[in-house]
Amino acid sequence: MAEEKNEKKYTTISIPTPLAEKIKRRIEGTGFHSLSSYVTYVLREVISGMEEDEGEEAFTKEDEEKVKDRLRALGYLD
Amino acid sequence: MRKKSKIDYEPLAISTNTIEEVTTMPRPHGNKLINRYAHKPSTDLQEIPSFEIDTNLSEDILNIANGVFSPLTGFLCFDDLDHVVKEKRLANDIPWTIPILFNPPTTDIKEGDTIRLTNKETGVEALLEIHDMYTYDTHMLSQEIFRTTDTAHPGVAHVQSMKNAFVGGDITLLASKSRHFDEYQLTPRETRVLFKEKGWREIVAFQTRNPPHIGHEYVQKTALTFVDGIFINPIIGKKKSGDFKDEVILASYETLMKHYYLRDRAVMSILRTSMKYAGPREAIHHAIMRKNFGCTHFIVGRDHAGVGNYYGPYDAHDIFKEFPDLGIIPVFFRSFSRCTKCGSVVNDKICPHDQQYHINFSGKKIREILLEGKIPPEDMMRKEVAETILTFDHPFVE
Repeated sequence: MAEEKNEKKYTTISIPTPLAEKIKRRIEGTGFHSLSSYVTYVLREVISGMEEDEGEEAFTKEDEEKVKDRLRALGYLD
Repeated sequence: MRKKSKIDYEPLAISTNTIEEVTTMPRPHGNKLINRYAHKPSTDLQEIPSFEIDTNLSEDILNIANGVFSPLTGFLCFDDLDHVVKEKRLANDIPWTIPILFNPPTTDIKEGDTIRLTNKETGVEALLEIHDMYTYDTHMLSQEIFRTTDTAHPGVAHVQSMKNAFVGGDITLLASKSRHFDEYQLTPRETRVLFKEKGWREIVAFQTRNPPHIGHEYVQKTALTFVDGIFINPIIGKKKSGDFKDEVILASYETLMKHYYLRDRAVMSILRTSMKYAGPREAIHHAIMRKNFGCTHFIVGRDHAGVGNYYGPYDAHDIFKEFPDLGIIPVFFRSFSRCTKCGSVVNDKICPHDQQYHINFSGKKIREILLEGKIPPEDMMRKEVAETILTFDHPFVE
């Protein structure tokens, strides 16, 4: 029942210094307050585009037909 | 590791045969559409302690069970809550901005227990496996979520009315009952099938809590111009005095859609959830729910989900910059009005004329006219929509 069971978890990643310097220049005057926040933003954007559907615990054709029947009954489908 | 529940229930029979064509649709949030419905548990339910919960909580359970709140499978545990409050993300880094919390109904429970939750109004009967019991700094929570600790803010008042004792864990829905307006309610699985059947690849969602005036129609049709279909998704439920009744909102939209929308380009379905008035954070939450319904775009207006003067008019636009991985595209609209010079509805990006030529769409003014039993001017509200509203003896919540 402790109020602080968990601390923020961050890890350190090394990138080439010239790249870090380039990024620092790049983010000057933007809303990014640090190199880390920019790198985190970019990585989230990249990774989200690569993630795959975990596989909807999906419908059988029969399930899908039941849904279509309901949609027709409610007037959503002809 | 999750503690194994003493309840041995069997998840709803589902195959791995996915709907083939959904690949064009956005993935559910967290990449999996949650389904927490179950067949009858093999254990006798009578052995499990049962507690009556309020209707809002039972709506949360329904939204978890049918995937509206995907990827949540239950009420937040400490780690997730702490990340949501401080990072606007779940502990696994998935964007999530609004805490979904549960106050234990008794002190006579412990981690590892399972309890049964019921609600008479919704007929919800659900099991909650208790994974975590904790306290939290609710003052800090209010400040982070609502940007204020002022108890005049309805969201803060709600949080402060809660006991500082929370329970996190997975829910399994055993039963719910039919209710008024069910014919307008679709689950994310159903909307995904619907959109696929309509051949829509890009769908913009519009949230509302009011009957449509001309300004709303302008926003919807402007957005619709660039996508395949619009999903009009009114939030219904608890209202305050003076608000339009749910049945009035639904009837007025039906009228608008019948007369002014192409049948194959617009659908309406309700969403039952409580407003938190968390402004920008709630805009993200609203977008996530619509992503789970299968929408690719979400309309965000001025002061979205705001109340009073707690948020800047476009804070709900700015917050989207923090989420490159949200997976739904916000469509931002600033304030709009009718310009007597242009002779059309305009916004501040497209009209060069002075404010003196602009007539704002005032919901308050339209309401006053309707209260007198009169039809508002046609450049404010469609005549058919106004007439529909006036067919109700008491269109407003008293």
